[in-house]
Amino acid sequence: MRTGLVAEKLGMMRLFNEKGEHVPVTVLNVDHCQVVGQKTQELNGYEAVQLGYGQGRVKSLNKAQKEFYAKLKIEPKKGMQEFRVSSENILEVGLELKADHFQVGQFIDVCGTSIGKGFAGAMKRHNFAGNRASHGASVCHRSLGATGQRQDPGKVFKGKKMAGHLGAERVTIQNLKVVQIDAERGLVFVHGAIPGHKGSKVLVRDAIKKQGK
Amino acid sequence: MNIIQQIEQEQIVRLMEGKAIPEFAPGDTIRVLVKVVEGDRERVQAFEGVCIARKNASLNSSFTVRKISYGEGVERVFPLYSPRINVEVVRKGSVRRAKLYYLRDLSGKKARISEKKRGFGVLGAAGSRKAAKAAKSAAAAESRGAPDEPQGE
Repeated sequence: MRTGLVAEKLGMMRLFNEKGEHVPVTVLNVDHCQVVGQKTQELNGYEAVQLGYGQGRVKSLNKAQKEFYAKLKIEPKKGMQEFRVSSENILEVGLELKADHFQVGQFIDVCGTSIGKGFAGAMKRHNFAGNRASHGASVCHRSLGATGQRQDPGKVFKGKKMAGHLGAERVTIQNLKVVQIDAERGLVFVHGAIPGHKGSKVLVRDAIKKQGK
Repeated sequence: MNIIQQIEQEQIVRLMEGKAIPEFAPGDTIRVLVKVVEGDRERVQAFEGVCIARKNASLNSSFTVRKISYGEGVERVFPLYSPRINVEVVRKGSVRRAKLYYLRDLSGKKARISEKKRGFGVLGAAGSRKAAKAAKSAAAAESRGAPDEPQGE
């Protein structure tokens, strides 16, 4: 298992392929992605690569972070992220990872934080059908309907789908195809949509279900 | 200009290499030559009708063409920068709206659009926007070169 990358979602656009069809793509920006640490079996009991991403502001670092980057002689990063890797894929500290870490045509899994929808009704949150628009329906067009049975069991079962908070949670989309890579600018063009708003941080890994294929 | 707009611009430049899109506006009758693949060979199919709308959005620009086919109104939306199409302007139309969706409710004589005979972009005349601009700048350069000469001679 190779390490993944941390990227920023820039937004969506379209590309025309050689057949003249348009391909909807999300543009991801891999910005200053660099290995800042290793986790090894002997020391930590698991194997992982620690990546730093983005450009941090020296002003907003605390003393511990300043020391950490000074020791490594690496420019401060915006944040850090760990990726579990297999032992042969552990990378040297200081190695910079670019967008060409991935290949055109390969499949990737993308992890992001979905856009927050706030307190959403059952129709939006669970795709309920709602009630009738007419025929005497009164103030309940988008209501969720019945929630239980009769005196027995006399309660609403746990896990009943109801209105509540929607979005702003970690979502992984699997098996997205890499359409194009711009190594110079550090851009990855991924087929289809990716969770999160523009400018949000996403984790990009090799597709777990396509490995060994 | 953010990076996505930049990439879109670059793609437009690449797609427009060796190809020119003529100036056309809603109301114009245009012929769109579409490359279609049938089995393993490719041929060109023409779709001729009135342009009833244009959407200007960089790479996502498109236009809508409406025609009456066997008595039935047919509309197709084409991406302006698609490498699979070529546009020819057949006739300029004189209209006062940007979106001619009202044509959908009209038929026969009422659905006609009168021809545009003067103003910018008239076919065959030196009235195209680019030509007008060139003429204007040339005239300006001339008048700057010889400021003493009275104008209109």
